[in-house]
Amino acid sequence: MAKTVLMQGNEACVEGAIAAGMRFYAGYPITPSTEIAEVSAVRLPKVGGKFIQMEDEIASIACAIGASVAGVKSMTATSGPGFSLKQENLGYACLAEVPLVVVDVQRSGPSTGLPTSPSQGDVMMAKWGTHGDHPIIAIAPSSVKECYTLAVRCFNLAEKYRTPVIFLMDEIIGHLREGIEIPENVEVINRPTVENPHPKRPAYAPTDNLIPAMAPFGEGQRYNITGLLHDESGFPTNDTKIAGDLVTRLMKKIENNYDDIVEVEETHMEDAEVAVFCFGGTARAASSAVETARKKGIKCGMFRPITIWPFADKELKEAMKNVKKIVVAEHNWGQLVNEVRRVVGNDKIIEFVGKIDGTVITPDEILAKIEKED
Amino acid sequence: MSQMEIRLAGSGGQGIILATVILAEAAVIAGKHTAQSQSYGPEARGGACKAEVIVSDEEIGFTKVRTPSFLMALTQKSLDKYSANLPADCLVLIDDTLTAPDSIKNNKVVKLPILHTAAEKVGKLMTANIVAVAAINGLLNIVDDESLKTAVFMHIPKGTEALNQKALEEGLSLIKKGENI
Repeated sequence: MAKTVLMQGNEACVEGAIAAGMRFYAGYPITPSTEIAEVSAVRLPKVGGKFIQMEDEIASIACAIGASVAGVKSMTATSGPGFSLKQENLGYACLAEVPLVVVDVQRSGPSTGLPTSPSQGDVMMAKWGTHGDHPIIAIAPSSVKECYTLAVRCFNLAEKYRTPVIFLMDEIIGHLREGIEIPENVEVINRPTVENPHPKRPAYAPTDNLIPAMAPFGEGQRYNITGLLHDESGFPTNDTKIAGDLVTRLMKKIENNYDDIVEVEETHMEDAEVAVFCFGGTARAASSAVETARKKGIKCGMFRPITIWPFADKELKEAMKNVKKIVVAEHNWGQLVNEVRRVVGNDKIIEFVGKIDGTVITPDEILAKIEKED
Repeated sequence: MSQMEIRLAGSGGQGIILATVILAEAAVIAGKHTAQSQSYGPEARGGACKAEVIVSDEEIGFTKVRTPSFLMALTQKSLDKYSANLPADCLVLIDDTLTAPDSIKNNKVVKLPILHTAAEKVGKLMTANIVAVAAINGLLNIVDDESLKTAVFMHIPKGTEALNQKALEEGLSLIKKGENI
């Protein structure tokens, strides 16, 4: 059995990323994500990787995109203010189909907000922060262990689908220390690559699974990468048919693989009449609340999306079939609660527990809504 | 022990967070579940700082301290700030230079010369956090002495082992002497 070690969430994120094959990190430090940069700076040179601190968040993600195009698994990490700055290049990575992991350790906003306080206010920014229709995958950990295991998953999904993946952490989990067993082996997925790259090959040659193989820069094929809609060669086009087909393919390559990407955790849902919907750090308060409710004889369960985007429509609808009331707890003014409403419709009672003052949602606050007579 | 909820408070720079990290590390070494977290303002030095560690025989859900079983404060400001609404059975350890506020008049309060011991007996005020963790472990019996020592040595700069060993011994002796307890 692997030895249990004490680790901080941010540190576990880096260790998981390295286990998944991250060998390049570019970032600009910002609380509460800074330890991710610090640990990457120490650890990457020891595994033959490179760390660079750039002049700002925009340059950092640009750098990580460049390294990934050159064939190296790359990551950048930030918090809300920096995540805002990264949005333009995030869209670029979506369109250019560059595998990349962008970590956002959420803190209280808006703007520079409360730097050291928890929040989950970037949920919708993760999906819609960059302009235009684009696919996005976002994953949220609820424990230090998941900071490790889900960092691996972020890289695997990024590589498999040639797309940026957002690791949507929060201050609660990023700054939490817990004992974790480091897995001895993890499954590592690498991007589809071109076997014999040559200059004449279309850079975005079509494939059955909608995911083009990727030729690393500097290995026999030079090609154009652009943020403009492009044809198979990678060069920009104004052809409406090609433009429509490209965006459709980008959306479909994620939508078609919903079952592979979407992961949820259900606890005590078998006979639940009341369910708590929560994710990330808030799940810790929710799990305590649910256990207390159960001890009081309330048939209460918990539904936790681990994959935040794409939203777990199918699993949520199924899990809530026999539930009368859903308590949604999130550290914001109400973001995923509207997704829950959209999925379950109007015949369920929805109670919302939100926080925007930088303090942590407590189990008692969730329990009060569980017990509330409706 | 089912679950201990420990809160340490002081001024930024006193090593309060590190003290809870060491307690958490010792708990892991001793095979227990633990969750350590902290809250502080944007300042690197000064300002009231709070750090928490939960040690349990079972898996920990909510990671923050709700009903502290123990509070230690090393500065008056942090004591005043973090001693409100403590449960009556919460044990309070304060440096003997501090004045216990009315808010803890129903709690058992232990006063120990933590800062003085670090400055005068160990010879470096900055070892106050190590003196404190030894005293805390002496009071609460969270882990065995060896696990605590291993944890301390994992988190100190190389070359300071003798100094910190002395801090551990002096901290523990504050409890063993039993004065003011």
